[in-house]
Amino acid sequence: MSGLARIPWSWGFVLAMALLPLVFPDPYVLAVLTSAGIFIVGAISLNLLLGYTGQLSLGHVAFFGLGAYASALVSLGFDVGLGFGVRVTMGPQPVWLGFVAAIVVAGGFGWLLGRLAFKVRGAFFVILTVCFAQVLRMVALNWIELTQGPMALIGIPAFSLWLPGQGVVALTSKAQNYWLVLAVAVLAFLLVRQVVNSRMGRAFVALRSNEALARSVGIRVTHYLVVATVLSAGIAGAAGSLFAHYTRIIDPDVFLFIYTVTMVIMVITGGKGSLWGPVVGGLVFGLVPDLLRGRAAPEAQWVLYGVAMILFVMFLPRGIVPAVAGLWERRR
Amino acid sequence: MSAALLEVEHLAVHIGGLVAIADASFSVPEGSIVSLIGPNGAGKTTAFNVISGYMRPTRGSIRFAGEAITGLAPERVAERGLVRSFQRTSVFMGCTVLENALMALHRRGKAGLLAALSPWGAVRREEAMLREAAWEMLRFVGLEARAETLAEALAYGEQRRLGIALAAAASPRLLMLDEPAAGLNPSETAECMALIRGLRERGMTVLLVEHDMAMVMQMSDSIVVLNQGRIIATGAPAEIRANPEVIRAYLGSEAAHVAA
Repeated sequence: MSGLARIPWSWGFVLAMALLPLVFPDPYVLAVLTSAGIFIVGAISLNLLLGYTGQLSLGHVAFFGLGAYASALVSLGFDVGLGFGVRVTMGPQPVWLGFVAAIVVAGGFGWLLGRLAFKVRGAFFVILTVCFAQVLRMVALNWIELTQGPMALIGIPAFSLWLPGQGVVALTSKAQNYWLVLAVAVLAFLLVRQVVNSRMGRAFVALRSNEALARSVGIRVTHYLVVATVLSAGIAGAAGSLFAHYTRIIDPDVFLFIYTVTMVIMVITGGKGSLWGPVVGGLVFGLVPDLLRGRAAPEAQWVLYGVAMILFVMFLPRGIVPAVAGLWERRR
Repeated sequence: MSAALLEVEHLAVHIGGLVAIADASFSVPEGSIVSLIGPNGAGKTTAFNVISGYMRPTRGSIRFAGEAITGLAPERVAERGLVRSFQRTSVFMGCTVLENALMALHRRGKAGLLAALSPWGAVRREEAMLREAAWEMLRFVGLEARAETLAEALAYGEQRRLGIALAAAASPRLLMLDEPAAGLNPSETAECMALIRGLRERGMTVLLVEHDMAMVMQMSDSIVVLNQGRIIATGAPAEIRANPEVIRAYLGSEAAHVAA
């Protein structure tokens, strides 16, 4: 085997993506890829739940939105009354602290939702998760003192990074944000890969495949489902934080159901339960809307996605990645 | 007789208005093979489900290794060393045979979330130990060559054997097998019997539900006969074969089968 062939193609892909802004510094392309990347991180986190434990959470955007708000509020500072004469005040904090807060807050709510919701399965669980996201949207709309409601949180600072010789630098250029999102996406991917290839990941898959049998060999159902939800929520929170500091403005629409649907479509078309599924699905569904922009009206686009989704479920039910992997296996 | 590993006392299970088990008491001595038999609808599967924690009993108590396990969840029962197999859906579909074995070894490992994120040292050793144990179990049940095959692609007999391997993988003290020979041809049944004897030699106590009377008579140290939710006889195979009440319960052709 030659030296080149020993480098896994996956790192080649990451390298190519990292070099893209240098060889092709088109701000529009980078902007499209950056937003696609943020949603890919969200899709990677959803895949952990939907693909590996088999639990369909249709409220996944809740964790994304929580992360966005937590990160924005920590970096902007806030002063809010909780009633009973209690006021919570915090001055503006560094953005990285907001990023950590996003993960912790989203993960914490993931724990709460998991504890409450995994008493039920199937349709009931799906309904609970949808309600959870809707409740958060209502809170974001109406708790104006904290969130500014529909007036939106504005002036959110950009991510900043300490660079040797330059001190703390705000990441304001398209290429810098692109690299940041790429780095977080790679970390999220590696984290999920590490987990699903461990004893814990096997427990997730065992629960998805045959819950009764999994319990008979001593796998604690609720424990593992809650851990999966916390992890998934934490990663989604990180994606939300990236979103907040990239767009620099967030409003209650970050909790819109359509974002959950987008992430679900990415995971299902790409291939749920495969590591590369959400990446491939995310690239397809992150780029297609922009390719269609100006050619098809947004309404027509949504109809097209619906049709595409139905076609996928009918003809490639396992998704692009498993289908291609299967073809590859057969050719060898 | 050695000490009882499993003691079921005055067990009663009512499902809605139906009395699945009226009053059943029996015990399984450590190191033995005990069979639970009876006509269809006698309550064998219900007894299995209650002992392994999938159903709650209406009355009665279940003690395992001297401790009460009545009403514990299946995963807690499994952690104490009592593992059952299933008649149907007995394997993890969509996973390879080796993955199946690794999943079944769950309680032999400890690695949690932090360990998954730091795959060095102790965690790496644990993973290597689990893999070795999985291969060892596959060799033992003769599925080594099928390790990379998806569970659903196995032949029926192989799937049944994998089901037994999954229950036995983490070396439970008590192995409960739900009709392991159902649907097997005579040579596969013989293999299955050899497998169960091998597991007993490895120190597992076996509680068996089985319809194949030839197998039950050959293998069991003692037999418990359930009929209409009650135990009508308990004893060694020879005693059961001669018991008039058992013959009556089985009726006609099955009575002849038992007597054979």
